Amino acid sequence: MSALRSPKGGRIDRARPLQFTFDGKAYVGFVGDTLASALLANGVHLMGRSFKYHRPRGLLGAGSEEPNALVTVIRDTARRTPNLRATQIELYEGLVAQSQNRWPSLQFDMGAIANWLSPLLPAGFYNKTFMWPRAAWHALYEPNIRAAAGLGTAPSLPDPDHYAQRFAHCDVLVIGSGPAGLAAAKTAAASGARVILCEEQSEFGGSLLDDRNATVNGQAASAWITDTLAVLGKNPRVRLLTRTTAFGYFPHNLIGLAERVTDHLAELPDGKPRERLWQVRAREVVIAAGAIERPLVFPGNDRPGVMLASAARTYANRYGVAVGRRAVLVTGCDAAYEAALDLVAVGAHIELIVDVRPKGYTPGPAEKAARAAGLKIQEQSTVLGTEGTLRVSRIKIAAIDSNGVIGASRSHACDVVLMSGGYTPSVHLHSQSRGKLVFDDALGAFIPGKTAEHSHSTGAAHGVQGLTALLRDGATAGAGAATAAGHVATPIMHTGVALDGNMAGVPGVLPQATSLPPTKAFIDFQNDVTTRDLALAQREGFESVEHIKRYTTTGMATDQGKTSNLNALAFIAGQSNRRIPDVGVTTFRMPYTPTTFGIFAGHARGDLFDPVRKTPSHDWALARGGVFEDVGMWKRTRYFPQAGEDMRAAMDRECLAVRNQVGMFDASTLGKIEVVGKDAAEFLNRFYINNWSTLGVGRSRYGILLRDDGFVYDDGVVARLAEDRFHVTTTTGGAARVFAMMEDYLQTEWTELSVWITSTTEQWAVVAVQGPRSRDVLKSLVSDMDLSPEAMPHMSVAHGHIAGAPMMLFRVSFSGELGFEVNVPARHGTAVWEAIYHAGQAFGITPYGTEAMHVLRAEKGYIIVGQDTDGTMTPDDAAVAWAIGKAKPDYVGKRALERPAMKRLDRKQLVGLLTVDPQTILEEGAQIIASAGQTVPMTMIGHVTSSYYSASLKRSIALGVIAGGRGLVGQTIYVPMPGRDIAVIVSSPVFYDPKGERING
Amino acid sequence: MASHTATAKPTIVLDMSWLESPAHTTRLSFRGTPAAIAAASSVFGVPLPTSACRSATVGSRSALWQGPDEYLLIAPESERTLIIQALTNELSAHAHSLVDVSHRQNGLIVKGPHAVWLLESGCPLDLDLSQFPIGMCTRTLFEKSEITLWRLAPDIFHLEVWRSFTEYVIALLSETARELAA
Amino acid sequence: MLVIHCPYCGDRPELEFSHGGQAHVIRPKDPSQATDAQWAEFLYLRKNTRGLFAERWRHVRGCGRFFNAIRDTTTDQFVVTYRAGEQPPASVVGGAL
Ligand SMILES: [Zn+2]
Repeated sequence: MSALRSPKGGRIDRARPLQFTFDGKAYVGFVGDTLASALLANGVHLMGRSFKYHRPRGLLGAGSEEPNALVTVIRDTARRTPNLRATQIELYEGLVAQSQNRWPSLQFDMGAIANWLSPLLPAGFYNKTFMWPRAAWHALYEPNIRAAAGLGTAPSLPDPDHYAQRFAHCDVLVIGSGPAGLAAAKTAAASGARVILCEEQSEFGGSLLDDRNATVNGQAASAWITDTLAVLGKNPRVRLLTRTTAFGYFPHNLIGLAERVTDHLAELPDGKPRERLWQVRAREVVIAAGAIERPLVFPGNDRPGVMLASAARTYANRYGVAVGRRAVLVTGCDAAYEAALDLVAVGAHIELIVDVRPKGYTPGPAEKAARAAGLKIQEQSTVLGTEGTLRVSRIKIAAIDSNGVIGASRSHACDVVLMSGGYTPSVHLHSQSRGKLVFDDALGAFIPGKTAEHSHSTGAAHGVQGLTALLRDGATAGAGAATAAGHVATPIMHTGVALDGNMAGVPGVLPQATSLPPTKAFIDFQNDVTTRDLALAQREGFESVEHIKRYTTTGMATDQGKTSNLNALAFIAGQSNRRIPDVGVTTFRMPYTPTTFGIFAGHARGDLFDPVRKTPSHDWALARGGVFEDVGMWKRTRYFPQAGEDMRAAMDRECLAVRNQVGMFDASTLGKIEVVGKDAAEFLNRFYINNWSTLGVGRSRYGILLRDDGFVYDDGVVARLAEDRFHVTTTTGGAARVFAMMEDYLQTEWTELSVWITSTTEQWAVVAVQGPRSRDVLKSLVSDMDLSPEAMPHMSVAHGHIAGAPMMLFRVSFSGELGFEVNVPARHGTAVWEAIYHAGQAFGITPYGTEAMHVLRAEKGYIIVGQDTDGTMTPDDAAVAWAIGKAKPDYVGKRALERPAMKRLDRKQLVGLLTVDPQTILEEGAQIIASAGQTVPMTMIGHVTSSYYSASLKRSIALGVIAGGRGLVGQTIYVPMPGRDIAVIVSSPVFYDPKGERING
Repeated sequence: MASHTATAKPTIVLDMSWLESPAHTTRLSFRGTPAAIAAASSVFGVPLPTSACRSATVGSRSALWQGPDEYLLIAPESERTLIIQALTNELSAHAHSLVDVSHRQNGLIVKGPHAVWLLESGCPLDLDLSQFPIGMCTRTLFEKSEITLWRLAPDIFHLEVWRSFTEYVIALLSETARELAA
Repeated sequence: MLVIHCPYCGDRPELEFSHGGQAHVIRPKDPSQATDAQWAEFLYLRKNTRGLFAERWRHVRGCGRFFNAIRDTTTDQFVVTYRAGEQPPASVVGGAL
């Protein structure tokens, strides 16, 4: 066993060793270790390089606050996770980890030249230097900055893991499981409340796990934790979550929890998600997130081996690891003395304890214990620097006299420096919830003030200290939360015995001989922000703390100010002769710690990204090689290629079949709404531009819907099934919004109308049978209806049966040919589709897709709302003003059409476009200009909305909108494309069968 | 697109005993005035609930509250014509709308000790019995699909899902069920 | 994600709702009598209130009803919700309308 590992104690299992590698070198740790504790036990402190200057860095902390030791864990080629904190990586057999941000190796990093160039890299460096020339950004600056700065490398393969998401509800969510959190959960659960207790670490207990002597109600703390969890675990109203970080506090008490399910396992179990997102809606939230120790700011405070005193305690007590053999403790906080005692207990030598506080303070219990233990203490002193290449080897200490004058320094040999500036309550979640912060002068830190949500900060997160007080505060918060959630709760009080070192501290920047130290003193380790950067920002006129934050990047990114925030504020306050609370605080952003993209995506990836809505002919089309496209969430068949056909060949064949024989098309995706009630016709009169009163039962009509701003919103065929019943169709994409708009007018504007609407989109499967032989095909399948032109004229609707299924048959055409649309209850759709296909063989029936459908309708000049219209077109613009029921006193959009702008003659109007070269096909979206040879910027008078090759006409056709376009029919306009202007003649939008004779068969 | 659904992990034999597809039924969307609702109750033989998000069942027929003027009437498939005719005839004096939506949606039964766990993966409602008691029914969401969720027993839920969303809902539930298989 | 109190269904998650813009914007009974300016105001002019704001929601993935709410736009807290066609309680009207 390593000499740094104590023979007993801690929460590791020395009987179960684990092999792992770091940067290719093999090491051994134990079950219960983190990567950080195992590396420390092996004497490894150097774990990373800093973000900007590539300075060698070791561990600062032992938990999620760690800013330095970010590593990449590699399971396989697809599973490379960068930027994980070594302090949170649980060791497993075979773990492979790599350091980051170094080349070629961690010990020798070329990028560290940035450290020597650092006078050239002050705060705001990027903002200042790279202003000019602008083109250099993409070519020069950005690639080089990105290569030199930055952290781990993102994996390049698709993420093979599965991420789950859940919704959860509870009365009381307790965040954190230290003494306060456990006491809160215990009290809340005892009241009968539904409780969720979440803990960021791998086991419950929080700070109790770091204290080797603490007792609760006379029991060893670890035993009390076990007993408490046993009680909670037996309660079916309680859910316990470890490895779960509360990363965000969202409005109305919604908390985002990220649970890491498998990252700690050597073998990934099938079926388990890697991570699980919990969206917890809690009536009340207890924030027991603890407190984080602050570094001290002195020259060389970032050298590997310089770390937080609390971290040394955790490594000693929880993992049985001495972080060094010869330690110097520098502290402005009583509680840190406990770390010195704990290090002694795991066999380290305490070279010296340096107390940076001015004399005259009252010694706390931990200091007294250290003095009683005979540890050497130097009072009222400061640190002038550290030495050591890749690990601290010496520290320079100087006393300060009663006038504040720094005396001569003395150098002490050491292999680890512990530091403590006091503790900062973790107010992140409280602040995220828009709660206010107040400055606690005694503690020297901000604590939660007025809440904005239903939350209760407690324990160290609330500035409370002392074990008994923490347990009582937690129980009180738990009772308060449970009571607020409607339960009768009594705090369950405990008495704790611990050394109870005082957690109050000092502002972190230690006095130096000159106001600006000659070597770097870091405030934000993760973002490489020094005192000089903050001083420079202030000299350059940045006063607001929010501005300084952005200019220097202090407290930004993943750190979110966990270790840096208060020191930065204290420094800014000192420089500008303000009090810390007068400087103010920056906003704490979510996530509390970095959260994967995968957990937010959850199951919504690949085939499950969106619902895939399939029509009744889907499988049939798939089996025949149909090519699909996405239309909203629907899969629609674009075309049915036969052997050797490309899309154009298939489209041409399908179009000609409809024109010459008969085609069939799955139109089931069209939106359908049944409008029922005695005022149904009146409602439709007010809603659509058309006149519906004159529509007889059994007849249908093409309807146009505007918004009240007068612009075309949707269209579709509306059939009258009975005096008081209409069947309305909408565009595929418009179904939901037309339904919502109808409900809006019915519920809020025309409440006097006796009308109800029901969506029937998915009730009906629809097969369009179009072409001169369409009647013949249906006749062979329908025996109980008269399909003759007299009995079933164009735009009629009737009921009967087809292939044994009840049918609603529309005589309707979106192709310009004789046509029908067969509507059957959806579960009959596939059978009826196949029956029509088989019966149609005798007539040469050809299935066609949306591409041919588009060409057929464009040949007839039928618009597609959303393609030929764009939300700024009136009925007149779209050449459908003929549909307006002019005698109606009102309809949605009518008043808007009377506005002068809507009647201008130069509005963009729908026209046909015929290229002079009939084989040239225009690009949809291309701009239109009046004359050839214009230079940029050209005067654009319109654009192409639809463009195809028409096999029937043996030439290209297009629709477009042109300012005053109808007055330009017969004239030549141009479509500018790279290298040429395409000459186009403006025409009527009806290219095929302009007299409309074919529709009658 | 690469599939990551249950088929991608052949080592798991997925237990699907939590899912059942009930027989096809008659589904009618009934909307109308309070008088029409009262009249429909006696014709249909089930009192249409006037409390929000509640259902009523008599024999093989159920009425599910969908909105203050909207109900989903569920009955055996064989009774469709009979019920439509009866309601149409008896309610002629009352303003209402009756629309056959039998084929619009599918029924699914999610049952067993993990029913709530499965549903909580995509439904944002609190499914605790105190908040979502037996007999409660409501439209809501399951991830990106609208569903009607109806609790038949502590661990039995009936879902009504629009036809083209059914595959999606089953696939998502199965994805969550993989966690139980492991 | 907010919790919104549907006047019919009770407290439900925001996911089930769609926002319907400013409340109490009344479509003129006879639009032909409205001047262009009045019609333009009806169509386009909306408040952008800091504080209590009357807005419409629809419980689209629930009972389907449109209803009104008074929400404080600075805190996202709802003061009250009430059915379409109703006026908000006089005690909270203030600047919301
Ligand atoms: Zn509702």
